[in-house]
Amino acid sequence: MRLVLEKRPEASAAMAIASPLIALALTVVTGGIIFALRGNNPVDAIYVYFIEPWVALWSVEQIIVKAAPLVLIGAGLSVCYLANVWNIGAEGQFTMGAVLGGAIPVLFPEWQSPLTLITMLALGIIGGMAWGAIPALLRNRFNANEILTSLMLVYVAQLFLDWLVRGPWRDPMGFNFPKSITFSNWQLLPYLTSGIHLGVIFAIIAAVALALLLGRTMKGFEIRVAGQSPRAARFAGFSQKWTVLFCFLLSGGLAGLAGVSEIASVVGQLQPQISPGYGFAAIIVAFLGRLNPIGVILAGVLLALSYIGGEAAQISLGVSEKIARVFQGVLLFYILACDTLILYRIRWQQRLPSAQGA
Amino acid sequence: MSANEITPLLEARNIVKIFGTLRANDDVTLKCMPGEIHAFLGENGAGKSTLVKMIYGALQPTSGQFFWNGRGVVIASPSVARQLGIGMVFQHFSLFEALTVAENIALAMPGSFDLGALSARISKVSASYGLPIAPDAVVADLSVGERQRIEIIRCLLQEPKLLIMDEPTSVLTPQEADQLFAVLKRLASEGCSVLYISHRLEEVKDLCDSATILRHGKVVACVNPKKETAASLARLMVGGDVHAVKPAKAGTVGKERLLLKNLSLAADGQFAVALKNISLAVRAGEVVAIAGVAGNGQGEFFDAISGERPVETGMVEIDGVAMGRAGINARRKVGAAFVPEERLGHGAVPEFPLSQNVLLSRHAADDRLVKKGLVQKDGARETAERVIKAFDVRKGKPDPEARALSGGNLQKFVVGRELDRTPAVLVINQPTWGVDAGAAAAIRQAILDLAAQGSAVLVISQDLDEIFEVATRIAVISRGELSEARPAAAWSREAIGLMMAGAHEQKHDSRKEKRHAAGA
Repeated sequence: MRLVLEKRPEASAAMAIASPLIALALTVVTGGIIFALRGNNPVDAIYVYFIEPWVALWSVEQIIVKAAPLVLIGAGLSVCYLANVWNIGAEGQFTMGAVLGGAIPVLFPEWQSPLTLITMLALGIIGGMAWGAIPALLRNRFNANEILTSLMLVYVAQLFLDWLVRGPWRDPMGFNFPKSITFSNWQLLPYLTSGIHLGVIFAIIAAVALALLLGRTMKGFEIRVAGQSPRAARFAGFSQKWTVLFCFLLSGGLAGLAGVSEIASVVGQLQPQISPGYGFAAIIVAFLGRLNPIGVILAGVLLALSYIGGEAAQISLGVSEKIARVFQGVLLFYILACDTLILYRIRWQQRLPSAQGA
Repeated sequence: MSANEITPLLEARNIVKIFGTLRANDDVTLKCMPGEIHAFLGENGAGKSTLVKMIYGALQPTSGQFFWNGRGVVIASPSVARQLGIGMVFQHFSLFEALTVAENIALAMPGSFDLGALSARISKVSASYGLPIAPDAVVADLSVGERQRIEIIRCLLQEPKLLIMDEPTSVLTPQEADQLFAVLKRLASEGCSVLYISHRLEEVKDLCDSATILRHGKVVACVNPKKETAASLARLMVGGDVHAVKPAKAGTVGKERLLLKNLSLAADGQFAVALKNISLAVRAGEVVAIAGVAGNGQGEFFDAISGERPVETGMVEIDGVAMGRAGINARRKVGAAFVPEERLGHGAVPEFPLSQNVLLSRHAADDRLVKKGLVQKDGARETAERVIKAFDVRKGKPDPEARALSGGNLQKFVVGRELDRTPAVLVINQPTWGVDAGAAAAIRQAILDLAAQGSAVLVISQDLDEIFEVATRIAVISRGELSEARPAAAWSREAIGLMMAGAHEQKHDSRKEKRHAAGA
């Protein structure tokens, strides 16, 4: 007997939903094993990591606030990946959104009006779109692989931000720390509760709007055709280059909005580190959410939990804060593996007779 | 001679092959005697390829056994098949275009790599069997017929006792097919058996000593084709009478609806074909058929007319409007419709349900499907249902994914989706390629009915039977050049065959010389 993968006649709808759940279960089991190998009680460790963050209200708010940028970015990336456009550089678009939006309070610290915030948000979106447009144009013009260009631009953006806050944008009163001035009043997003800011609303609106775009509109149809078969997209009269540019502008703009929202709330200023890797974690969010913007909301909450749980584990179990990255990596690995089951089923097959009659 | 006295070279006994829930081969028994040309007949999807792949070791039967010279064998892999003496020429060649003939053959040969000695052997086999080919020719420069010769020589070098030919004439001109038949008869006379897979009945009658006929995975008859008629063989294959297509009424031809003026298009890559100065008018009420061997510019021709690759503005006129630079949707809006050769991945998105595939070609020209950028799902579903009903598309569930349909049913859907609009101009590339006889007849009839309503229809096809069935006028494409379109009655098969081989190009003479030189 041996295991074989057998192609299904049609994609399994049940498996499309079950796959991320199986992946999640496998991640928890693997996490338990990792904790056990360290000498922790795996059940306690899993409780600390996955359950405890839900017990206190402040920590639930933390999860929601951390989920907001993940959902904003992940929803945009879902559209990209559905169109077979591989934007891996959301972290860079996030950073450039923060830089351009953050320019307003840094350069005009005295300007305080509702327009200040609106300008910041608009510039954040523009910054992300502009940074996303670069790999799109390189691909359309020179056929450059957007996976590489968008990824490399992440480091360019991060180093640019690093140079700004150590050089021209450093707070003169900041004791030489590499940080800009701290933002205040209309340079910050309003808070809905003590812990939840307006960025959470942006994330929900973006996810719902993109779900409608994909499900109801011709544009959404165009994106899905482009992703499934480029030849058929040409037959339908859709321009591939325009699709590539559209996807990068959309996902870049949302990443930029997430970036400016983050510095205008939780961070409150520009500094070298403004993200715990949201742009990369959002790639996992997009796949875990089945490239469906509504699914992305749930997946974003789960990934946010991995950060908060990681912090909790760091405090109560004394593990490295890198544990969050480990869980995220393991989760992505299992999702991609389980997705095989959507198109294939596993079957036991009788071993072939090994005798050869010749 | 009686089959009971001689041991068959190859016997397949009670072979069953199950894929999921499909019994692709259901208790198939076949006997191939030494030195006979045995036809293996059946419609597309009847299970011919499945059995052949098992004989060649590429698949394993679920149950049943093969016997080689009377001994039970398990053909575990193609290399085992080759050791037994089984050679196979596939329908789709696996040749590297950038390599020479000898290099391609060397890749498939076991043992050491001596190109010089191999070239000498190739020349010897090629000369002795009348299969002219130059060992140092680059494959990209060769016609499909010549490429097939490479595959045949590759098999012959291994001195097979059984040669399997999978629909070998589907890519050949009639003259090339005749040459192939001479080679196969010679092989049979030398004692090599041939298992000949085809659905072309006339050639089977001509060539084969016996025939096993398969329908829905089961053997329905084993006959001597020389004693049958083409009609009786067809009945066995299809399991009922095939409805003859009613010919179009003559004398209803009207104004020019599709006009091509000096249409030229540069080749899009090293192995693509350039179109050279093609001029053609297709008038209301007529079907113009473009004959030609695959790979002579048909794909490029279709792309230029459909607008998938724009050309100069005056080169394509649809109903009097210059459309050469326009995109495919602008051409659809003035009443043109297009059916590409490839159903899955070009004419339809495999992963999308039929209702969404309706949108693919209809979204721009039909405001019941899209309003203010919003997809009208009800409109799309109704259209899909109308097409499904009008063309009798058989399917497992209400709105299946395109890839779940059989080739014939998907083709009926893809053609029906365009005909549902009653287009002024229809351009259709290989309308019944890989489609079963029943569906093919329905599609051809629909093409004729559309022309009878006053539309202009351009059919690009490799199938001469189909062309003679539907065409009012016929032109032949060869290496990107189009012959003059003449009335169908003015053409003989031989004349088309010569044109397909390039009789109207100047290059032809030098190519002929090259072949003769190679054969010498």
